[in-house]
Amino acid sequence: MALIEVRNACVRFEGVPAVENASLSVEKGEYLVILGENGSGKSTLVRAMLGLVRLRSGSIGYSDGLRKNQIGYLPQQTAAQRDFPASVEEVVLSGCISRMGMRPWFSKEEKERARRAMEMLEMTGMRKKPYRTLSGGQQQRTLLARALCATDLLLLLDEPVSGLDPDATREMYGVIRKLNRENGVAVVMVSHDVDAALQDAHRVLVMEKSPVYLGDVAGYRAFAEGRRTHG
Amino acid sequence: MADWRKQFRAFCQKHRRAFGWWGLAGLAIALLAFVLWNASGMKTAAAELAAYAQYRFIQRALVVGILVSLCAALLGVSLVLKRFSMIGDGLSHVGFGALSIATACGYATAEAMPGFLPEGVRVALAGFLKNGISQNTLAFTLIVVILFAFLLLRLSESSAIKGDSAIAILSTGALAMGVLVTSFTSGMNTDVYNYLFGSILAMSATDVFLSVGLSVAVLALFLLFYNKIFAVTFDENFAAATGTPAKAYKMLMAVLAAVTIVVGMRMMGTMLISSLIIFPALTSMRVFRRFRQVVFSAAAVSVACFVAGMALSCLYSFPTGASIVLMNLIAFALFSALGAIRSKN
Repeated sequence: MALIEVRNACVRFEGVPAVENASLSVEKGEYLVILGENGSGKSTLVRAMLGLVRLRSGSIGYSDGLRKNQIGYLPQQTAAQRDFPASVEEVVLSGCISRMGMRPWFSKEEKERARRAMEMLEMTGMRKKPYRTLSGGQQQRTLLARALCATDLLLLLDEPVSGLDPDATREMYGVIRKLNRENGVAVVMVSHDVDAALQDAHRVLVMEKSPVYLGDVAGYRAFAEGRRTHG
Repeated sequence: MADWRKQFRAFCQKHRRAFGWWGLAGLAIALLAFVLWNASGMKTAAAELAAYAQYRFIQRALVVGILVSLCAALLGVSLVLKRFSMIGDGLSHVGFGALSIATACGYATAEAMPGFLPEGVRVALAGFLKNGISQNTLAFTLIVVILFAFLLLRLSESSAIKGDSAIAILSTGALAMGVLVTSFTSGMNTDVYNYLFGSILAMSATDVFLSVGLSVAVLALFLLFYNKIFAVTFDENFAAATGTPAKAYKMLMAVLAAVTIVVGMRMMGTMLISSLIIFPALTSMRVFRRFRQVVFSAAAVSVACFVAGMALSCLYSFPTGASIVLMNLIAFALFSALGAIRSKN
């Protein structure tokens, strides 16, 4: 059973196609990496899976106990966020808003959930720290903890290591692997870092507006090798 | 050239805390000097203020002003962080245009209506303009400004048109329309001056009633949706992805801002109302680093500056709006100095 099933999805921005005829399914507990050049539609595909951009045609279905508002999302950071006045705890707790419904305050369970998410990402000690004073890696871990508040099943990560130094990058990949292997959270990660894809992923999707390769890592190696030799 | 500049910068960096302390000390000395200079006057000033507080119109102005300051400060934090400060400014200009047109409607006569309309329609239209709109200026302005709030929000989002220039065009356009309409009818008089720069005398009893109601509604909605507003302000994409109607909350914020601006405009004036939204948030962010702290501090700063500005305005018969902005400027300088001290590295 698949968590998300994308069928022949097409997205256009002002008439210009961004994603064409994309089909894929994300299985429970798997680690899928989406590779592609800049402008290849990989971020747009993820945003479509979240319902943030409208499909021109095709469909996206959620199943296997996954509700649409239970996807953990790690967006690319914006400039405004980097100097936003907020504590780590405030940011992480805001991951629970989809659980609140119309209730104006956070319940005990939601606070407990945020506490566990911070513990999992080793952010508990920095709970009260202002977000803007954190390092890039710590900021990303904070946002990942927020995403975990929203989901137990599926994380969609949009370039989670962009702008991080090598140490922080390695650490980030380690955290993501741990969430996937130990906690059974399915991971869909947009990246243009091929090495990481080969290291941890179960499957690889290569986008060039439409999917040009979807399969396991060994198959991807052969695919990339073939491209290199035949142009 | 580059060398001494670098050295100067390093010097500033190194002695940042000291500068902060000196700045604070300087302000304190200035304040002390002012108080001493006026020492004999202080007692009479207190007595004078107490006497002012007996007046009905001062009481009204205080009640409405404090409520509007609270609303503006709370919303201001989100608006500033979302880079929407320009919308506040634009809306206040639209408010001026709407207010002028509503006032001008009081001069409507059946003869002035378009000639191609039949007699009965002309009379009815003139009657509606005269009694319907010019008698309910606040309600009319409120509706127009809320509509424009939606429009400005859409403009600022659309990538096709440059959002900020579109807002500038709309707001100056509305201002010009207001001035034109006024000059055709009553001419540029004290009314217009009051719209532009504010007056505490502008509040009638019904205005106070409506203003208090609206401000309380804004406060209640803000408190009710505080957590959602935080989430949408911090990260709209995440909020939308997890099923929160982020667009709707942005609309809500724009509507609340519109209401606050219209209610506060009479007292602060078109030109100055947006400072009520922007200043307290920026001031608080100089010192505080957590959202909740910033919100509380902004509310406190806003109310304190309003009351101090009112006192200043009463004692020396300064224009109210400008006095309040002056107080906000002083608070900003103070908090900047405090912030410089607080930042350790």
